[in-house]
Amino acid sequence: MKDLTFCTILAVFEEIFGSGLFWAMVGIAAVVTVAYFYVLVRDHSISWRKFLLAQLSMPIGAIAAVWFVLVMTSSSLRNLGGPVDVIVFLGIAAAGAVGIAILVYTAQSLLMRRRSG
Amino acid sequence: MTKLTATRRQFFGLAAGGAAAAAALAAPSDVRAQVATKARIVIIGAGAGGTALANRLVMRLDGAEITLIDPRVEHLYQPGLSLVAAGLKPASYVVSKTTDWLPDGVTLIAEAAAAIDPEAKTVATTSGQSVGYDFLVVAPGLVLDHDAIEGFSLDMVGQNGIGALYAGPQYAADTWKAAKAYTETGGVGLFTRPATEMKCAGAPLKHTFLIEDIARTAGTRGKLDMHYMANNDSLFGVPIVSEKVRMLFGDRGITTDYSHVLRAIDAGARTATFDTPQGQVTRDYDYIHVIPPQGAPDVIRQSGLSWADKWTDQGWVECDMASLRHLRYDDIWALGDVAGVPKGKTAASVKWQVPVVEDGILAAIEGREATETYNGYTSCPMITRVGRAMLVEFDYNNNLVPSFPGIIAPLEELWISWLMKEVALKPTYNAMLRGLA
Repeated sequence: MKDLTFCTILAVFEEIFGSGLFWAMVGIAAVVTVAYFYVLVRDHSISWRKFLLAQLSMPIGAIAAVWFVLVMTSSSLRNLGGPVDVIVFLGIAAAGAVGIAILVYTAQSLLMRRRSG
Repeated sequence: MTKLTATRRQFFGLAAGGAAAAAALAAPSDVRAQVATKARIVIIGAGAGGTALANRLVMRLDGAEITLIDPRVEHLYQPGLSLVAAGLKPASYVVSKTTDWLPDGVTLIAEAAAAIDPEAKTVATTSGQSVGYDFLVVAPGLVLDHDAIEGFSLDMVGQNGIGALYAGPQYAADTWKAAKAYTETGGVGLFTRPATEMKCAGAPLKHTFLIEDIARTAGTRGKLDMHYMANNDSLFGVPIVSEKVRMLFGDRGITTDYSHVLRAIDAGARTATFDTPQGQVTRDYDYIHVIPPQGAPDVIRQSGLSWADKWTDQGWVECDMASLRHLRYDDIWALGDVAGVPKGKTAASVKWQVPVVEDGILAAIEGREATETYNGYTSCPMITRVGRAMLVEFDYNNNLVPSFPGIIAPLEELWISWLMKEVALKPTYNAMLRGLA
């Protein structure tokens, strides 16, 4: 890869998803992240009850992320061929798990504040 | 440790600061000053090389008159043709419009170049228009000489077990029709390649691997007797890669017939004739993949730009292998498939060549020595299965030059290399066309 700079990576991602969709997704991810920190700061503490549901959702996020990548790339689990493949596979699963956990925690905090506190 | 007691106002202030920092990070880092010039730059060909170069020159030059000469309405993402011919992508996956990629401020003459006069420094188009230049970049691509295969014509592709994926998107899709039928009914499959220099010498191997894997997955592999017809005594120009492919073919039960160059086919009888060191041999087939001899367009050969003592049957442009500058005319550069250099007829090579030609032209305008050089870098995501590939990268010296040493092993069949081909390659190519990668 020649000149693999931050700008190159941005250009590549813009081409993968289309400029509009890519920046919309970046925007959504940023909004969810900001909202997550917002509820943490607002509540001054972590709600372990909400965190439990967030944790329970993590396997779903992990499986969904892996499934999405496999389907989008016409590949299957038997194609994993070396250590780097396992690392990428676990990375995708971890990203899906963490992503959905943050989403679920934040959604609960914003939507069900009064009910579950 | 201080207790977390930020107010909402403080929080939003912090968030806004973070967003501003992120925006600053994302701002373009290429702030090189534009060079003012009145130079007339003509680029023959608006394919991968011509388009990427035009975009980069527009960014770097102020006031230059940049003209592209190319009659092709469609721009083809050629690295995708292998995927189309294996039923993994539709024909439309590789097609866009030439004009979609061209920047404002350049002129496209939608005609072919009919003649180049390097002494008078003009290019004549097919309608008779004469375009003068100060600097000329020759990037018309190459010509597939299908007529060189006796008995073959493109209207045969897709029927009677004949495939030819190089010929274009629709032919690649038709190739899949014939190849798919072969994976179902079985028989003898002959996978050929020409004896000339060719675009992406990995593609004939990829097609062989993919059809084998698809048949294996479908449970019909036992019915297929697959033969790779190598043009000489190796499977790939880079010896270490050739050895790896030899081992993979051994594992996969693909027979190699060395030094078999396709000469003629008889579509009715389903036989193919090959030139071999022992004379001509005729073989029966149920599926044959045809890749014809390849050479420079006639306009290059007729304009006296070709090598006189190398590749005389193919006509590639005589140029320095490091600077890509013509050896006899120092205001002409070769770019892409047409360049007479020992490696580099791939899109990845173009990505490495474009900055070299760009620097050569800028240096000539500024009156300085050019500093960028091309080392023969060529990359081939060698697909070995649906879902696996080897990221093969090499240079003029047949050295492997991995982009991710220690992370992505070059001769290992990996899912991550497939992901790169499947997901990242076309976007990277598109970014290159726009001059951004």
